[in-house]
Amino acid sequence: MRRSGGSKQEVEKAAGCTIGVYDANFEVYRGEIFVVIGLSGSGKSTLLRLINRLIEPTEGSVYLDGELISRMSKAQIREVRRKRMGMVFQHFGLLPNRTVLDNVAFGLEIQGVPAAERRKRGEETLELVGLEGQGQKRITELSGGMQQRVGLARALATGQEILLMDEPFSALDPLIRRDMQNLFLDIQGEVHRTVLFITHDLDEALRLGHRVAIMRDGEIVQVGTPEEILTNPADEYVERFIEDVDYAKVRQVEAAMVDPKEIAYETEGPRVVLRRMKQAGLSTIFVVDDERRLVGLCDAEDVARLVEQGEPSLGAAIDTSASRVPCGTPLRKVLPLFVERDLPVAVVDKDDRLEGVVVRGSLIASLTTGVDVPDDEEMLAGVEREDAAGVPGESGEARA
Amino acid sequence: MIGFAQEEWVPRIPLDEWTSRAVDWVTDTFEGFFDVLGAVIETVVGAMQFVFTAPPALAVIAALAVLAFLLAGWRMAVFTALGLVFMISLGLWEETALTLALILVAATVSLAIGIPIGILAAKSRSLENALRPVLDLMQTMPAFVYLVPVVVLLGLGAGPALIATVIFAMPPAVRLTMLGIQQVPKETVEAAQAFGATSWQTLWKVELPLSLKSIMAGVNQVIMLSLSMVVIAGLVGFSGLGDPVVSGLNTLDVGLSFVGGIGIVIVAIILDRVTRKASERGGTGKTA
Repeated sequence: MRRSGGSKQEVEKAAGCTIGVYDANFEVYRGEIFVVIGLSGSGKSTLLRLINRLIEPTEGSVYLDGELISRMSKAQIREVRRKRMGMVFQHFGLLPNRTVLDNVAFGLEIQGVPAAERRKRGEETLELVGLEGQGQKRITELSGGMQQRVGLARALATGQEILLMDEPFSALDPLIRRDMQNLFLDIQGEVHRTVLFITHDLDEALRLGHRVAIMRDGEIVQVGTPEEILTNPADEYVERFIEDVDYAKVRQVEAAMVDPKEIAYETEGPRVVLRRMKQAGLSTIFVVDDERRLVGLCDAEDVARLVEQGEPSLGAAIDTSASRVPCGTPLRKVLPLFVERDLPVAVVDKDDRLEGVVVRGSLIASLTTGVDVPDDEEMLAGVEREDAAGVPGESGEARA
Repeated sequence: MIGFAQEEWVPRIPLDEWTSRAVDWVTDTFEGFFDVLGAVIETVVGAMQFVFTAPPALAVIAALAVLAFLLAGWRMAVFTALGLVFMISLGLWEETALTLALILVAATVSLAIGIPIGILAAKSRSLENALRPVLDLMQTMPAFVYLVPVVVLLGLGAGPALIATVIFAMPPAVRLTMLGIQQVPKETVEAAQAFGATSWQTLWKVELPLSLKSIMAGVNQVIMLSLSMVVIAGLVGFSGLGDPVVSGLNTLDVGLSFVGGIGIVIVAIILDRVTRKASERGGTGKTA
């Protein structure tokens, strides 16, 4: 019906029923965290239940490694649920009449695993979620966050490779939610499950997801990496969805990073460096060794003083305490560095090599727009484009 | 004129004749079946009565006190023992034992039929809708109405007493089982399914344990309603605690019917407190 072109509202009126999910095509790759996000009622929980067939689809196909789940017999789907897919629920779905350990081992019990083995694997899984030694407690003795750890452990204990997570942290306090997200990422780092994660919290989606799908009225509007969705929203709906995003939280330092206009090598003399700084119009310059590893930052005034004193080496002018952050640092952690002192921040890779720099102008640009920094650079850096190098430069610092 | 018009316009439905004819038909057609049913009930209740009346009264009371202790703790055990010994001093032990036997059989039958129906009704909306008026009918239809056909079919004695008691006492077993299972959080049931539980496993490991409190409340109700039928049972010739009440009424012996009434109250209090305590314990999950 929906295929013949009516809108969701029209069809629902005509058919007297509700369309839960329509036209939601996507693939989830092995070992990936795939987040589906949408407002309440957008069909995301229904979508999840179509995958393990807690809700029977009327049409369409779900494949698992090429096997068609939507056509499986009852016994086959039960086997898939037992051996291949675990699920975590928003309100935990635990059994209050059982101990923590018995809840964790529930999936194993269903499969008929002997009690001793159940106990052993249950305790191992409890350790994984940080609840070691609490197996004999009653569910009602635990806080919400702790209960969801039990829910997570239950889904992990059976060793399935796929985790379906239905708004697992939505019922928790913001602080606990943050803890649980970290815990989940830690565990995922160990167990490498394929995760399909449902949420209505955009921050959570961008934080956890390798890829994110945005859902509206049962349809998937856009699928992409968090960065793609932020920089390139597919339509107005997605744009409105992401307009309140706190970029400082979700973006990494690379978004604010620009190439340094010029760098100095520590073996060079002050005269050469000063001349290069004047040409490029820089008040400060980053100094690296011959393998491009960061040494520190030089201020133009200090270099000029060395030149006056006739010093042959740059060494005395290098401020080795200059701020540096590794690649992948969230912007939120870069911001305070600019509060303390108004100097550029170096971005280094894992070998301490200089990757790029963050200056005040590029940082502001990255926090206020969804567009990549270099595009805006021209506008911000317009002052000194006479520099023939053509590399987007440290415009904010061009005072020398 | 108006009366005449009413007769003209509103047709009279001969429901009474239909019913009589239907009962006659059932009586004739299934005579053999009801004979067997009557004999079975007579035998089962008789056996139960034998268990309660054959040993010395104090031995039975001691056994019941132990049962109360296991179900509801030592306070209830003491209360049970004292209450039942008081029945001996009222000269009502024989009647009490017979009544307890009837209640035990009636409650067992009610629960054995009512709980499974409740489970099915919780899963099927159409069954639930179909059952609701039937349950209302069972609880509101005056017992005397179905007592007569049952007596016609089964004769006087334990047969009609048991059937009337079961009809009246079964509805709460159905209702509270249904309610309990429907109140199990949807996500918890989904969780069981999502981990590959069969519907049987879901029922035994999740739905029944989580609705135990409600089901136990149903057990309590069933027992109490069974007890409230003892006077009716007395009317159809079942000699239990209803007997002194009925004969007191017939002979205008106020003292006799009062003693019978007090006896019923004491047995009621014992049964209510013990089963309620037991259901509270069940509800906290200690038994699961």
